This record gives sequence, C-alpha cells and structure tokens, in this order.
Amino acid sequence: MTTATDHTNLSRRAFLLAAGAAAGSLTLGFGTKPAAANGAANYAPFTTSTPEITSWIVIQPDDTTIIRVARSEMGQGALTALPMLVAEELECDWNKVKAEFAPPSENYSRKVAWRAKAQKGAPASHELVTHWGAMSTGGSRGTRDSQLYLRESGAMARTMLIEAAAKDWNVPTAECTAAASVITHTPSGRKTTYGKVAVAAAGITPPTRVTLKDPKTWRICGKSVRQINAPLKVNGSLAYGIDVRLPDMLYATIAQCPVFGGNIKSIDDAKIKTMPGVRQVARLTDSTVVVIADSFWQAKKALEALPITWDEGPNAKVTSASIAEFQIAGFAATNAGVTNQAGDALGAIDNAARKIEAEYHTPFLDHANMEPMNCTAKVADGKVEVWVSSQNGEAAHAAAAEAAGVKLEQVYVHKMHLGGGLGRRGSYNDPIHYAVLAAKRTNGRPVKLVYTREEDMSHGFYRPASRVIMRSGFDDKGTPTGVHIRIAGQSINAWHFPDRIKDNLDPAQANGFHKEDFGYAFPNLRVEVAMRNTHVPVGVWRSVNSSQNSFYKESFVDEMAHAAGKDPFEFRRGLLANAPKHKRVLEIAAERAGWGKPLPAGVFRGIAVENAYGSYQAVVAEVSVTDRGALKVLRIVNAIDCGHAVNTNIIEQQMQGSVVMAMSALLYGENRVDRGRVVDTNFDTYQLLRIDEVPVIENHIVPSFDFWGGIGEAGVPPIAPAICNAIFAATGKRIRSLPLKHHNLAKA
Amino acid sequence: MPFKLTINDKQHDVDVDPETPLLWVLRDTIGLTGTKYGCGIAQCGACTVHVNGDAQRSCQIAVKDVGEAKITTIEGLSPDSSHPIQKAWLAIDVPQCGYCQSGMIMAAAALLKEKTKPTSKDIDERITNLCRCGTYTRVRAAILEAAKQA
Repeated sequence: MTTATDHTNLSRRAFLLAAGAAAGSLTLGFGTKPAAANGAANYAPFTTSTPEITSWIVIQPDDTTIIRVARSEMGQGALTALPMLVAEELECDWNKVKAEFAPPSENYSRKVAWRAKAQKGAPASHELVTHWGAMSTGGSRGTRDSQLYLRESGAMARTMLIEAAAKDWNVPTAECTAAASVITHTPSGRKTTYGKVAVAAAGITPPTRVTLKDPKTWRICGKSVRQINAPLKVNGSLAYGIDVRLPDMLYATIAQCPVFGGNIKSIDDAKIKTMPGVRQVARLTDSTVVVIADSFWQAKKALEALPITWDEGPNAKVTSASIAEFQIAGFAATNAGVTNQAGDALGAIDNAARKIEAEYHTPFLDHANMEPMNCTAKVADGKVEVWVSSQNGEAAHAAAAEAAGVKLEQVYVHKMHLGGGLGRRGSYNDPIHYAVLAAKRTNGRPVKLVYTREEDMSHGFYRPASRVIMRSGFDDKGTPTGVHIRIAGQSINAWHFPDRIKDNLDPAQANGFHKEDFGYAFPNLRVEVAMRNTHVPVGVWRSVNSSQNSFYKESFVDEMAHAAGKDPFEFRRGLLANAPKHKRVLEIAAERAGWGKPLPAGVFRGIAVENAYGSYQAVVAEVSVTDRGALKVLRIVNAIDCGHAVNTNIIEQQMQGSVVMAMSALLYGENRVDRGRVVDTNFDTYQLLRIDEVPVIENHIVPSFDFWGGIGEAGVPPIAPAICNAIFAATGKRIRSLPLKHHNLAKA
Repeated sequence: MPFKLTINDKQHDVDVDPETPLLWVLRDTIGLTGTKYGCGIAQCGACTVHVNGDAQRSCQIAVKDVGEAKITTIEGLSPDSSHPIQKAWLAIDVPQCGYCQSGMIMAAAALLKEKTKPTSKDIDERITNLCRCGTYTRVRAAILEAAKQA
C-alpha cells in the first residue's frame, strides 16, 4: 500500500495510512470514519453517533462509554484521570471507557455552560464560562479545577440511566442500583446494561442535585490505573501535531530574527527560489520568514541557504553577564514590591547576635519539549482549520482566528496529542500564528510548519533568569530572629499578563515565599521582589517561579540550620509548627528515608520541603561525591500530599519525571545569552539527564483527603535543593548558583 | 533521484534528494510518522530505527547511504505490539507524553537482541536516548522485565 512511485497519489495514500494509524484524530472535520489503530485504539474522535447523557458522556449500544475531556494531554494523564472522575460516579465499567477531546470550536459554539443548561436553578458550585469549561491545561489545575463538575456529570448520568431503566421496567428508581455499566432491579434481579438504555436516558431531564461519593469509598479513582492511550504510544500510531498529514499538504520552516526584538533588513530570495521543491519564500512579519516547500527537508535546506540580513536592533549587545549585572542592581532598587511581611525583619537582623547572608542565582531555561514547535493550518473557502498540539484549545482557537482575520465561528481546531508541554504550549501561540499566516498564501493548500530544534530553542519563552539575596539573624541560642529575602528577576506576567502586577509586585515571582505557601514561621520576615525585566521572552516552565525559589529558599534554610548548629530536618520541623501539611510530608519523607540513621560510607543526605501548585512535597536526597568531585545522586525519597490522589500510577509517573526534569536543570540547564540571542540551541550544549544518571526514586503518596492539589508541577521544586543540601553535607560546598556543571566539587 | 528502500519488509520506491536524511524520507515521503524528529543532530534518539537490526539514528543517515540495508521502524517492530519490549512497556505503563518512546523502544529492542539478559549497566551504556518526561526509571524496569519474559 505504501509503495508509491506516482507522487501525485502519494500524499493522498499516505494521508489515508496516517489517518488510519492515528485513530481518528486526523479525520475530524472530514466526515471519515476512523479506522481502528492496530486494534489498540482506546481513543476516539468526537462522537455524535448516540445522544449525549450530559455533555460529557456518550454510551454506545455495546456499552462503550465515551467520556469527553476538555483539557489537553501532554503525558500528564488528563485523558485518563479526568474520565476516571466521571466514571467513578457514573459506575461504568472502566474497561469500556474511551476518552475523546471536546472540540474547542464546539466549546465556543455551544455558548452555554453545560451545567447551566443541565442544572437550572441548582447552586453553581463551579462556574463554567464555556460549554465544557476551561480547556487551558497548566498550573496543575486539570484535576483540581474540573473534578467537581466531572464527578457531578457522572453522578447525573448514572441517575438518568437508572431512571430510564426503571421507567422501562415500570419500577421505582429507588429499587434499582448500578455497577460496572449494569443496572439491577434489586427485588426482581432483573438486569440491563447502560448501552441498552442510553438513548432513553439521554432524553431524561438531568437531576438538579446529586450526592457525590466520599472519596474514601472510591472504586476506580484512588487506584493505580494505566494511562488510557499507552497502546498507541508503543507502536508509533499516536498522532502528535507534528505527525499531521493532509492531502496536498506543503511544508514550511521558519527563521525569526535571532536577536529578540530585531527585524529583517533584507532577504535575497532569488538565491533559493529555484532550489528543489521550493514553492515560496514568505516574509510573514517584520521579523519572520518562512520557506514553503514540498517537504520539510527541502524547506530546511533552502532556508539555511537563504541570505538574510538582520536589523538586530538595540539588544544586539546583551549578554548573560550584562543581564546579571542588571539584575544585581535590583538588590538595591528602591521600588521593589513587598509580599509576606511580618514584624520588623530589617531591624531584627540589624540587632541580631549573629547573622548570615547569601546570594543565589539561576539562568534562563528552555522547555525543550521533545516535539519541536509546529502547527498545520488550512485556510480555504472562508474557513480556517488548524491541527496543533496545544495546552490551550481555546487560546489556539482564538489565535487562529486572529491570525486569519476571521470570526471564531469560521475556525476549527483539531487538538492533537502533545509531545510534551511543560508550559511552552500554553499561552504562547506563535506556531499557530505563523502557520495560519503561511497557509493564507497557498491557495487553500494546507501548510505544516515545523520549527527546527535550533529555531525552537532560539525562540522559546524561557524560565526567567533570577537572583536573590537572603539574610537571616539569630539570637545567641541559634533561634532565627528575622529573615529578609530580596528577589531580583524577570517577571513572566510583565511579559504576558501585565494586569496581574499590582504595586510593583508580580506575585508569581515570589512563589513559595507567600504567606500561603511559605510554611515557616519567623517572627520577623520581609519578602521583596525587584522586577528586572530583560529583552528575553520568558514564560511558565513546569512549576514556574517555584522551580527556582524552592532552590533558593530550601538551600538557605539549610544554611540557617547549619549556622544554628541544628539538624536540617529538626530545624525545619521546629519552624513548621503552624504548617501541618508541610510538617507532615517532611516527617514522612524523613522517616521513610531513615533520616538520622547511619548511611554507608561516603553517602550523605539532604532534605527539602515545598508547597507548590496545590500540593505538599518533601524530599530526602542521598548523594556521594568522590574526592575528584564526581557527583552521584543515589536515591530520592519523595513524600507527596496532593490532597486526593485520583490515580497513583500517574502520580508516580509525574514524580519520577519531576526528579528527572529538576535534575536536568540542576546539573546542566542553561540557555546562555550572547550578542542578544540565545547561545544554547540544541541538546549538544543544552544537555538533559540520561538514563545512567537517574537515581533510585521512591515515592510515598500520602493524600490527606481534605483538599484537591495538583501533580504536574509539585514534584519539581524541592528536588534541586535537597540534592544541593546533600552535596553540602558531603563536601562542605554550598551550591548557590545553577547549573552544577560550573561548580568544582573536588576536594581542595 | 530514485531509491529502492526496504522498510519493514516492504520495498518502497522513492524519488528524493540523495542527501535527505532517512528520517524525513520515512516521515514525509513514505508517511511512517512513528519515527520522530527531536534534534536532527543525533543527540536525542527520537528517530532511532533498526538498520540491519542495529539501532541507528535515522536523522544521520542520508538516503543515498541506505543501499540494500533492511530498515525497521516502530511500525514494523511487530504487527500487533507483541514484541517483548512493547509488552513490557505496556505492563509497566512506561510512556508519558510518548513522543520519544518509538525511539526508546527501538533502542531497547536492539539491546535485547544483542544481549538477551542485559544488566542495568548495559542499559546505562546502551540506552542513550533523551526523554523529557523522565520515563527512565520505567524504561529500565521494562527492559529488565522484557529480558525476564523473553
């Protein structure tokens, strides 16, 4: 089937192949029935074959239960965990569940939030603005913000299905129960299945009130459940954005001015117009040029050969060193915003019997998702279609409409699986914007825009570079009397959401230092943030500012413990009297790691605790460092309290992944800036952790059942400080800047 | 320039620039999109395929150099995800986002072919692919599990 010498037919045949393999997500909008993906598909396109029972559930005659997911799937398990919340209350057979994305376009076109429609007059326990609610997937919010309406939808649908069966049998609903997609009339023992009564149930008015289960009685949730679409990830059939193939599709790749803020002065497109496969050389914006060709490789070769003269603008001389100097000046800035103030920290430190002070800093970091930025767009017949791996279906919808200059009604967004998100694919819609601009020039032919890795990493929205000075005073018994923290760094919100900045304070810059998440009780405390914004675009990077602030805070608290001559665990524990959830995970991690018990010769421990993105985590790290300075991270013991644990398998995956991502940043991560541009643009110098460096990771999932946390980001922040604190224990060297590759850990 | 390629035991006639990396011939010309682009410089291994049974990074192989070699991609590893590595991958639920997993599985399958009982040290030395989600702990467990089952 794939042997093709006739190239006019090749793309059509290849499309059919890809569509079949992709389990249907590519066929959305084409009216084509999707083929099964190697018999393993547990993922379906938007289904309208049988009527909805609430907007979230479609049950087919064979009991196949399709549950819609508004959020995106980037490996964090939304496509599994969110349907579990529905299924738990629905009482369906989990093995019959398939998940599908709710389309962003329909989320908009249906206008009314499903609950408002379904539950008129009921107390609005959770406001949904659009039909299926927010599609934005980030901030570890997926479960926390949707659990209530998802569980309610399941309970409502269960009630409707039971009512349909009871009507059919002419018995009271109270005599009927449901379990595993089977409804039973208890007195008579009569049974029917969800699939048989689904159509009737869809016609029943949804109940206005439902009672939800006590999470302690969950049967599907709270367990270790495998990710629903894993079978498509082991045979290559899952379609990510970059895998889209459409009839007559063209390929494009992009160059943006390497210096942020610079523009194109001139291009000499005559030099490449006759290269094989080249269709167009298009300046999409003042700073952006694409080559559109018959294949990606042709587009890439041509773009590399294109003579471009840049007008690099005023930022062409900026370097990492000049940025450091600028941010250091923030330590003395008089306009810093203040958060979390108690007593008189400055006075207490001035009058302290003993004081310590330390300066820390961290560099810019790219997200480096394995799937490079890409988007496929088709602009034809007054309609715009985009295929994109986005963390935010609604933002993608809006971005496509804006780039095309059309109304939202004219846009259809195909949500593709993400080859990683990490924050990069949230609010930043650059590939959508450029793909649509390119597709406007190709007379209806779809264009797949793919960034090279170098282009992707040269134009990221980086974790901001930042610095901090922390000072602490102690009385003569070693008790802290005051702590003063001054952060000087770049604000993400200044770049993207300036209205979130009040009184010179971007609160996100102080993540982890706020009253709500800080945990430690100091009688005198002052946390200040001096905004020092650069020309480098910044963005949310898994765990956002917490990823750096936890390194600062938990390393400095360790310095304080040592200055006070106290055990780092006991010192923290003593300061967490008013923060029971911090304290609990700290104690659990210490206990499970055997804190205080002897270690093998040459092995040393460090500890850290954090509250980030909704959850509480403590970490004990064990390391060894040779005399020549070779570091080995041997073991990580995590204790995580995410409130309710919906799927312990996914939580464990996220914790394992968090350790790896945090260690990549700790050991290697930096995007240096020189001549106004990012220097590290591929994995040769932007190194990531490989398998041989991964420690033993033990995860203790200890939900406290009284809040809804989050798991996507919580795991990252305390890993680096726990390891650095262990390095201090091993070597006496305090790591105050990252990455570690610049530090010599050898014995002096 | 025309080339005859043997991919997953089928012959494919393609007409492309001889310097085109095998990766892009697989993905764009033939439509086997299971093999992924990650870096283009042999760092990440997302493009790993088997060339005569050996794990190779297809972004570094010009199509003109493929010759008669038998190429196996993730789509051809087994007809029904029944390769011991694929079975272990599912049993242990290795993938997160899944993007690097085709390459990771191909690297693991090649290792298992060469060493039926790989040690953890063999895995350290031979599995050099990058995974940004950090599935490494389960990758290791799945390779050891597959070796046990094989």
